[in-house]
Formats: sequence, C-alpha cells, structure tokens
Amino acid sequence: MSDPKPNELIEKIDYNSPQKGWMDVPVNIRKGMYCYASNPKSVDYVHLPHARAWNPLEEDWKLPDNWKEIVHNAFRERLDRFRSFKVFMDICVRCGACADKCHFFIGTGDPKNMPVLRAELLRSVYRNDFTTAGKILGKVAGARELTLDVLKEWWYYFFQCSECRRCSVFCPYGIDTAEITIMAREIFNLLGLNIDWIATPVANCYRTGNHLGIQPHAFKEMIEFFVDDIEEKTGVKVEPSFNKKGADILFVTPSGDVFADPGTYTAMGYLMLFHYLKEQGLNVTWSTYASEGGNFGFFTSHEMMKRLNSKMYAEAKRLGVKWILGGECGHMWRVINQYMDTMNGPADFLEEPVSPITGTKFTNARSTKMVHISEFTADLIYHNKLKLDKSRNDNLIVTYHDSCNPARGMGLFDEPRYVINGVCNHFHEMPRNTIREQTFCCGSGSGLNAGEDMELRMCGGLPRANAVKHVHDKFGVNMLVCICAIDRAVFPPLMDYWVPEVGVAGITELVANALIMPGEMERTTNLRGEPLAGMEE
Amino acid sequence: MNVKYMFSLVAVILLFLLAYLGVEAAGLQVLFGIVIPYAAIIIFIIGVINRVIGWARSPVPFRIPSTCGQQRSLPWIKSSELDNPFTKSGVVARMFLEIFFFRSLFRNTRSKLAEGPRIYFTLEIWLWLAAIAFHWSFLTVIVRHLRLFTEPVPFWIGFLEKADGFFQIGVPGIFLSGIVLLAAVFYLFLRRVIIPQVNYVSLSQDFFPLFLIFGIAFTGILMRHFAKIDVTGAKQLAMGLVTLHPTIPQGIGGVFYVHIFFVSVLLAYFPFSKLMHMGGIFMSPTRNLTGDTRAARHVNPWNYPVEVHTYEEYEEEFREKMIEAGLPVEKE
Repeated sequence: MSDPKPNELIEKIDYNSPQKGWMDVPVNIRKGMYCYASNPKSVDYVHLPHARAWNPLEEDWKLPDNWKEIVHNAFRERLDRFRSFKVFMDICVRCGACADKCHFFIGTGDPKNMPVLRAELLRSVYRNDFTTAGKILGKVAGARELTLDVLKEWWYYFFQCSECRRCSVFCPYGIDTAEITIMAREIFNLLGLNIDWIATPVANCYRTGNHLGIQPHAFKEMIEFFVDDIEEKTGVKVEPSFNKKGADILFVTPSGDVFADPGTYTAMGYLMLFHYLKEQGLNVTWSTYASEGGNFGFFTSHEMMKRLNSKMYAEAKRLGVKWILGGECGHMWRVINQYMDTMNGPADFLEEPVSPITGTKFTNARSTKMVHISEFTADLIYHNKLKLDKSRNDNLIVTYHDSCNPARGMGLFDEPRYVINGVCNHFHEMPRNTIREQTFCCGSGSGLNAGEDMELRMCGGLPRANAVKHVHDKFGVNMLVCICAIDRAVFPPLMDYWVPEVGVAGITELVANALIMPGEMERTTNLRGEPLAGMEE
Repeated sequence: MNVKYMFSLVAVILLFLLAYLGVEAAGLQVLFGIVIPYAAIIIFIIGVINRVIGWARSPVPFRIPSTCGQQRSLPWIKSSELDNPFTKSGVVARMFLEIFFFRSLFRNTRSKLAEGPRIYFTLEIWLWLAAIAFHWSFLTVIVRHLRLFTEPVPFWIGFLEKADGFFQIGVPGIFLSGIVLLAAVFYLFLRRVIIPQVNYVSLSQDFFPLFLIFGIAFTGILMRHFAKIDVTGAKQLAMGLVTLHPTIPQGIGGVFYVHIFFVSVLLAYFPFSKLMHMGGIFMSPTRNLTGDTRAARHVNPWNYPVEVHTYEEYEEEFREKMIEAGLPVEKE
C-alpha cells in the first residue's frame, strides 16, 4: 500500500473537535476514505433506479431533478414502516456514551464518525422536515435543510459505518446506528448512489448466485480443485455433490471462501468434514444457484436483501432437502438469524433440523431451519463424533475474533470457542472490551472491503488489530481465527499493516487440520502445505 | 462563550423574569397559577399520548434485538437469558434493568490511545452514576410533592419524606433528593461543557431542560429554606388544581409562581423534545424483543413480494455449461 504508513496514520488521529460547529464543517470527500461509485450496468441489472456513471469527487452527481422530493418521501416512508427508525430519530439525548465505541471514530478521530453525530446527520434533516419544533426554530433546534452538500456528507459518512452495532450495546436506549445507516443507504439507492463494491456483487449474486459472479461450471471446477488439493495433502479423495436432489442438507457458505486464500482452506475444511461424516450418514449438497451465503443486498436495501436471500429457501425447496446448514460468515448470519424467516419464510417445506450424526435436535432453529456450522461442529465434538489430533495445530497460537453480526445480531459466542478448544491446544482471548458483544469490527464490514478505501479500512481496523497485537506481544499469538469470509479477506492486509506475522484462518480450517480422516496418509503438512509441528526440516 | 448553552440559559432566565414579574408586577396570579398549569398538563398528556401512538403506528417489521450475550442453542451451552433473552420473561427482566438501572449505560468505558500505539479502555462510571442520581432523585422529589396534591396524605409519603430527610440538617430539614438532583444536573451540565466530544454533539435543546430542571430544584429549595413561603397556601392552590376548583390563595409570592411556571414549561416542552426518551425506551426494538428469531417466526405486516431471479431463469442462462460440467439440470 502506497498510502500512509502506520505511524503517519496514528499521527493523523486527533480527538479534539474542530472550532466550528459540525453543521458548518463542509464534507471533504477524501481519497482512500471512500469507495468508487456504482457501475451503472450493475445497478441496471437488478432494476434499481437512476443507473448512471457518476463520480463522488465531481461537483455534479447527476442526480435526478426531483432528488429532494425522492429523499423526503423515502424518509417518510421509512419512518412509517420502521418503528426502530422513528424511535431512534426521536429519543437520542446525546449523552455521548456511544462516541468512542465506534472503531471508525477511534481510528480516525473524525467527530462525524461518532455514532451520535452520524445519526445527527440524518436527524437534523428529520427535524427540519418532520417536526414542528424544527420547522419553527430551525438551526436553534438542531434542524437543517437538505442540500446537495448535506447529501454528500450523508453519503460519505454512511459509507464509513460498517453496521457493526457496537454502539447499540452501549446506548442506554439501544439506538442502533446500523438501523440508521441501513435507512440512509436505502435512500441512496433510490438516487442511484450505491458504491460499486456493493452494487456489482449484488448484480453478480442476482445473476449467478454468488457475489463473485462465478458461473455454475466454474464453481464446480473451483471446488474440484480443492478436492485435488485435499487428496495431495491427506491422501483422501473427497466427493462433494452439487445441486443434488434428495440430499438431506443443503450447504450454503460465502463464495469468498471458494475464491481466495485464506478462505479457501476453510472451504477445504468443509469438504473434509462432510466427507468424514458421510459414512456416519451425512448427505449434504452444495448448490451453484444458491452459492452465496453473504448478502450484499443487506447493504443495499431490505428489498434487495430479500431478493438475494430468497434463493436459499427456493433451492432448498427445489432440491427437497430437510434443512439448511450455513457456513462461516458474518452478516450472512445476521440475515439468516433476524431476517430470513420473516422475509422469505415460513419454511414449512423443511423439517426441524436434526443432526444425522448425533441425533441432536437444533430446536433453536426450529422455524428458520438453518443451523450454523459452529453449532453443528460443536455438537459433533461434544458427542465425540470426530477423531481429532489437536497437536496438528500446535504450531498455531490462536486468538479468536467475534465477527460483529454473529456476535451482536445472534449471540454466537461459546460454540466457536468450544470448537477451537476442541481442535487446538493454544488459545488466548483478546482483552474483554474487544471480544464477544464488545467485539470490534474488522473495519471493512458492510461492503466497505474494497481496495480504494484502504486508508479507511486501516483506520477502522485499528482497534481490532491493536487487540490482536496485545495478545501477539503477550502470548505470541500467530493466528487470528474468525468465522466470517469478509474477515478472512480483509484481515490479512490489516494484520500486515498493524501486526505483521499474524495469519488469518477460519475455524473449520483448524478442524480439518486436526481431523483424522479414515484412510489418510501420514499428514506432514497442514492444509496450507506448511509443515506440522515436529515435521519441520 | 458557548452559543448553544447561552441560548438556553437566556431562555430560562427570560422565563424566570416572565413569571416573576408577571405575578409581582402585573398581578397575573390566575394566569401563572391556574391557566398555564392546566394548559401545560393538557399539552403534556395529549402530546405524550400522541407521540407514543405515533411510534406505535409504525410496525416492527423485523425482530432485531442487539444480542449482548450467548444465544440459546445447544442444551449444554449456558445461554444469557438477560442479555440475549429467548423468552418474554427474559425480555421483561432485561427491560426492567434497562429502565430502572440503565444497565447498558453501566457498561460504559472510555477508550484511550497511548504511544505504541496502544488502545486501552478505562471504566467510565460517572455518566451512569449522575444519570442514576438524577433520575432517582427527580422521581423522589416528584413523589414527595404528592403531599401537596392529596388529602389526606397517604402514609407512605410520610415514610419517604422521613427517609429523604434522614440527615435532619436544619429546620425545616434538608431533603437529600433536592441536593442530589441539583448536584446531578450540575454535573450533567458540566460534562456537556467540559468533555470536548460531548460538547461538540450538544445542541441547545440539550441544555434547555438542564437549566429548567436546575431552576425548578433551585426555586424549590429556595422556598423551603430561604424564602419560606406559606406551605398551606401552596397546598391550597395545588388541591384546587387537582379537584378542579382552582383558587389563588394569598401570600405565596413570586418564587412560587416561578416554580410552577418552570414545571409547566417542562411539562409542555416534554412531548416535543428528547425527554420523550422516557417513553421511547419502552419501545426500542433492539431491547424489547426476544432473541428467539430462528425458533419463532416474526411476521412483517408489510412484507411484499419482490422480484427474484428464479432457478429456472438461472438454468436457462447456464444450461449448456452446466450439462458440460456434469451438473444436474431440470430440463435436458
């Protein structure tokens, strides 16, 4: 990265507020801190309005003539549809408890990255347009008119929020900035103002079933490449099935893990785990149509989220499976846990999930019928259904990052830890204020994991990286384990930047390393081809 | 000098003068003692109901609790029924702790950046403490005032007064709640001025209620301990208001009218301000919903059909490639 060096970035952080009031500080859309504008082809492909080429740095955003009216009406519509939005617009007392809870504020010092002020960007216009006091008293009541500059400010700062919900944990009223950001982004999409890192994956996912636009034959080829790789390292030939009617379980995971290291090792882990369990009665299929767990529609609008998410149930129904198993992914799990059933359910064509290996009924998923791989694996380990050699992970000193969405939109904390402790010997937690419900975002969530906003990502990822550094210095941690595909894509550069020498892995990769496969040859390397502890020469 | 709080301070001073001079110079006792209090109460009640109904009218399309603890999943994993409630009773417990003890605020920390760089967190208890002190002492003060609005006075108000005046300092005895209220309001004001980040996000309307409540507490203490107004007269007026036979007794002085004018302003201002957090906290969807979202389906009243890309359309586009790759297809 040619951009600022770590020490330069740190020097830039200034927690002192500007002299001028925030309404008088104009937005400065700065290179390295924003993502490129959406490609009109992608916007058009999913039939979203006002597709056009535009550039955030240019004065003219080529907005539709009636853009103010569109914003006003969209605002009202969302107030009427979402109690969350309406209540959160009204009740903030600006106590400031949220201010330094945001990773983007901690990492940039920009006051408009304080969750309270981020919300005030919208609230000020809300007061002006929808409250009596705001209409009469204007600026004195904290109201301001919507102008082009205000819209640009919105755009800049609502694409500097990763919808991680950390602020909502500390807010005495539970005000969730993610909710507010979601509404703002819905409004942007009515004006054709998405970022391309979201818009193009959305279009891809709509067409090919996954964000990366991998077509069915290529998807199969990529998985088959893993099959060869696994055979090379373990001597076992796994046989995944695709789009298989009559399978018991449909497996859906983020396509990022099929595509790029180090996520690929996690994907290989799934293949090995499923192969291992085959003899014990696991009948699972991958799908090329529903080949994406993640859902960048979630970062576009509720409607787009629903449109992309619909494929999971549709495919489960077409293939006639009993239930769905979901891989390691962050926001995918918020969508599944808090939205899917409501949006695309009821899934009455599926059965209450039961592990075919242990007989465990996943009653907590009895309506949605979708189980997390960590729940599934933890249950297997608890019932001693996996033969494991933990020492194969002995070269790893591991810490665990709770991904925001499974943490604060689900509460998946102890299952992954149980699995980690079941498959490796050296595990150390990061400090209490940075894990579990207080976990820090990777800095690149909610579609901000592009290349052009690298400075923003390094700023936003600072609190997380700093906690990793703490355990790296203290315990010699050399592996950051996570259950999110975005994490796996964005942590390697973040670690290189702030804490070199710390790698990144998914939990299932570690499971597969430790898993003693029937008929395997002597394992001398892990899935990465690195020698196992004691096998170095 | 800070424009934001000056504006509110001046407003409260003007309100003070308005009431004081209105009574002392213009003799508008009826206006400040009867008309305005009634109007304020009506505005308060209708305004609050309106606001709450307004919120209630917007549905809760998705169940989106902030899950701050372990979910209920496998039977051998201990779930956190308080921070990630699976049941309604868990939600009630969570809400109880939020509403009465500000549990989320209690989590507050301060993040600091040191050389290294090293980010660390320190306990930040003062905001929580001041908020608790403020709300509980204000509640105590309000409940104590019921003595003026009831006849006979319920015995438990006497108990409360005894407890509140426990230290028996001075005659009449100082009530702890009044002092704590003043101190808490003053601290909440100070932090808005002194802590740069809080100052930066503060608006005029964040200072206004603080000054107003300070004025209420201050005039109250003034009357009890210094101006020593005729309590019988005050009670007569209060009883007149609640029994709908309003009277203006003699000899209760300007400070008293300022006091009830401030209270009236606070009541009338309440429904249009952030003070509505009192009602809003009950309706916050990140706190008042169960986390059993995969076990029980939540229904969105406006869930509408959307355009989707069906498997048939997908196969149509990729059929040949799929067949070539050996993937099963619906139509050969």
